[in-house]
Amino acid sequence: MDIFVQQIVNGLVLGSIYALVALGYTMVYGILGLINFAHGDIVMVGALVGLSVFHALSGSGLPVPLVLLLAVGAAMVVCMALGVSIERLAYRPLRHAPRLAPLITAIGVSILLQYSAALVWSKQYIPMPELLSPTRFTVLGAHVTDLQAAIFLLACGVMAGLYWFITKTRVGTAMRATEQNKEVAGLMGIDINRIISLTFLVGSGLAAVAGIMVVLYYGIGHYSMGFILGLKAFTAAVLGGIGNVRGAMLGGMLLGIIESLASGYIGDLTGGFFGSNYRDVFAFLVLVLVLVLRPSGLLGQASGERA
Amino acid sequence: MLGFRLTTPAQKFVAFGVIALGLLVLPFAVEALLGRTWVRIIDVALLFVMLALGLNVVVGYAGLLDLGYVAFFAVGAYVYALLASPHFGIHLQFWALLPVGALVACAFGVLLGAPTLRLRGDYLAIVTLGFGEIIRIFLNNLNRPVNITNGPLGITLIDPLRLGDMSLSRHYTLGDLTIAPVHSYYYVFLACALFSIFVSLRLEDSRIGRAWIAIREDEIAAKAMGINTRNVKLLAFAMGASFGGISGGLFSAFQGFVSPESFTLLDSIMILCMVVLGGMGHVPGVVLGALLLTALPEALRYVAPLQQSWFGEVLVDPSDLRMLLFGLALVLMMLFRPAGLWPSRVRKREFAEG
Repeated sequence: MDIFVQQIVNGLVLGSIYALVALGYTMVYGILGLINFAHGDIVMVGALVGLSVFHALSGSGLPVPLVLLLAVGAAMVVCMALGVSIERLAYRPLRHAPRLAPLITAIGVSILLQYSAALVWSKQYIPMPELLSPTRFTVLGAHVTDLQAAIFLLACGVMAGLYWFITKTRVGTAMRATEQNKEVAGLMGIDINRIISLTFLVGSGLAAVAGIMVVLYYGIGHYSMGFILGLKAFTAAVLGGIGNVRGAMLGGMLLGIIESLASGYIGDLTGGFFGSNYRDVFAFLVLVLVLVLRPSGLLGQASGERA
Repeated sequence: MLGFRLTTPAQKFVAFGVIALGLLVLPFAVEALLGRTWVRIIDVALLFVMLALGLNVVVGYAGLLDLGYVAFFAVGAYVYALLASPHFGIHLQFWALLPVGALVACAFGVLLGAPTLRLRGDYLAIVTLGFGEIIRIFLNNLNRPVNITNGPLGITLIDPLRLGDMSLSRHYTLGDLTIAPVHSYYYVFLACALFSIFVSLRLEDSRIGRAWIAIREDEIAAKAMGINTRNVKLLAFAMGASFGGISGGLFSAFQGFVSPESFTLLDSIMILCMVVLGGMGHVPGVVLGALLLTALPEALRYVAPLQQSWFGEVLVDPSDLRMLLFGLALVLMMLFRPAGLWPSRVRKREFAEG
């Protein structure tokens, strides 16, 4: 029972990171119908920028919350600038091209980001400097650190803020209108290009926050870390119903829990044949199962766009 | 395209003869000029021609983005490696194993394609991307508790190719000429590559090929014309996978060694680059792309000493430089020359219309 609660706790923390990344996929997909393969790599850039800030300031004697804030700020600025320029340079000219074209460009951008990062930060694993010393406490028999709790709460806060922004503000309404029908939204006086840029801006900002969380949680960063993370976050978006903001949040949390439980129990279930080194496989299995059983996802509406 | 046309049968015959002769003496000419390493590079290039042609069926003809193509290559390579090496002590004949590898790869293709191909193409891209990674995780970890793939160490001492009693791993002499393994493999690979080109060209003109192209251009219209789009797409996917499986078997025999290292996402991307750069759906373009991109990394090796002399140190590792160039090439090609370096006329028109 304790292990079960423990895995749920781990899953929620992992899931809140997935959810933040999944939001970026789902918002871009909702508006452009494009899988932004480069999104996972934006998270990676955010993480590595954050790590650089931590390394630069860890011995400076600045208070820890300020260092954290500066790291998040720097990561967000870099990621947002990257996200918006990628859209501007690589995706916008192809908005009316055949489907395959932007997908291939997205893959190209992803490769470019990875290897540019390898140039800037080298191909070594970059460890997190001694900055935080999480304290452990026990809830329902499970060990929770205050860092885990903070990640979970911050992610929930950010998502609540995003949800308010999309549903209640004028700009958020414009975003939803653009998602439903770009032409008509344009006729209503919405500047479509600005809204699309804004979508990339928000998505990349969330990616930066997620990147910092990954670094704090795992204590390590690497130029290729965005790939698997992106794949999982995309799975989360599909699980929740791609294009659906609430779906991405739900899908992220669920996927985190599924992955934690599965990698916690697989050793016992298969008599030790498979171990937790297969944890990256579960997200993929979930993706295939969702696509077979309910391609529109948990909260998505079945659309006619299956062809 | 070439600036002149071969009209009379005699001219065609002569041109054919010249090309055939050129291809026959090529390995020896290259060895004399550039050394034996380059003969090996040509062998690898021919393997990649086969792979690129296989991916071209999926991406070029049917317009389905497959980002994990190297997985099928891996499946073919491991099928051969496991059944023709001391690892399990099984030594089956190459020619019997080749179709087995193709069939297993094909089965994986169907398994993967069936759930995804009724959905929009984007899902296929991400599922194949995941599959490519998953196959590698399995190959890496299936050495415990039962040792199947020997994990990251890979499988060694794989049987070489045999033609009758002749093992291609031995040296032969023909008069003054020494025929090394790289030369023998060249001829086998050349034959296979030419066969792949032939199959690709015939497929393109066939009923199925036209159905693929129709689906690529407008799936709904294709459906309205009575094409069973799901099955036809599945067929494209399975066909591409079989090409990969066969190339994998050849690769195993050629290298004598396989490990999960050879089948990474980057290899998938490289094959995709070959197809995209050369010209999706156009066989000569794809062949050109495969040859160019296999030679490029070798050429980039010369960049490291250049950097050394200019900057005093190697700033960009050649393999990283290659990946940067690939990424840039994918983006720039899509933006400025989406139909590829050597596009087919139909494809060019399609991209021009947008």
